[in-house]
Amino acid sequence: MTITQQIITISLCVLGTMLTRYLPFLIFSPNRPTPKYIQYLGKALPGAVFGMLVVYCLKDVSLISGSHGLPELIAIASVIALHCWKRQMLLSIAGGTVCYMLLVQFIF
Amino acid sequence: MRLKALKTVFPYTLPIFAGFWFLGLTYGIYMNVSGFSFVYPMLMSLTIFGGSLEFVAVSMLLAPFAPLQTFIMTLMIQARHLFYGISMLDIYKGTGWKKWYLIFGMCDETFSINYSAQIPADIDRGWFMFFVTLLNHMYWFTGATLGGLLGSLISFNTEGLDFVMTAMFVVIFLEQWFKDKKHYTAVIGIASSVICLVGFGADSFMIPTMLCILVLLTVMRRPIEKAGETI
Repeated sequence: MTITQQIITISLCVLGTMLTRYLPFLIFSPNRPTPKYIQYLGKALPGAVFGMLVVYCLKDVSLISGSHGLPELIAIASVIALHCWKRQMLLSIAGGTVCYMLLVQFIF
Repeated sequence: MRLKALKTVFPYTLPIFAGFWFLGLTYGIYMNVSGFSFVYPMLMSLTIFGGSLEFVAVSMLLAPFAPLQTFIMTLMIQARHLFYGISMLDIYKGTGWKKWYLIFGMCDETFSINYSAQIPADIDRGWFMFFVTLLNHMYWFTGATLGGLLGSLISFNTEGLDFVMTAMFVVIFLEQWFKDKKHYTAVIGIASSVICLVGFGADSFMIPTMLCILVLLTVMRRPIEKAGETI
């Protein structure tokens, strides 16, 4: 690839990314009322999206090979337990991450 | 006012600092060992600001020039931002000039914090979200640039640190779960993703998942609105 081709490739990545980020704001202007269906989606989507993001983070975990997803399972369970117990966001995240690091470095 | 917002924001972004520095360094090192100057991860982290695409972009740059394929690939990887945008239409409203930067920097993590954070009443919403976006952007940028500069000189035993992102999304998911009464939307999100992941595989399940979520949310609109999961 020449340097020009590289610049075009990177620019296309930027353009495509920005298109997906700006498009909803360009289509639904704040000066006009947003359609009721889109307003509904705006409020219902995040609940589903956060679930999707959790699965997205775990997409490369294999259940049939390696450690069978056990470190992930244990670490997530510890995040949930910590969070239900203390409701301290940073504590739950740090605790779960340390737990996961110990598991993958020393046990699995 | 601004300083106060910055101080309030910083703790919210700590997990992202850890995650972005780790992933950013990894990305920078990956570019370095693939034969690119640090200028590449520096400029790409600044302008694209989307982790998963930037990793894929390395292989795009190493492959023969294919602009159309690059563009389509980008749209497919980044399509989930459309959902974030629709969710943030009202929330980013009235933030003035900052709005354009807020949208520019709306990656997974920034969206999640800006959507779910309980912003204290005495803090300006616009500045709060601006600093979340800016700090995250800078974490990623400095991490990627540093990785590109240092390359394989760094050896670190931080295996598993990337789990910090998963842990953060689990916590945000839980917070949303506690807020909802019937959990329709949460179950739709998890079920659609898991079923599509099994059916389509890790590399191509996001678009089917998004379509699944759209269809289910549309079909279930009445019960979801009735359960008040849209407030």
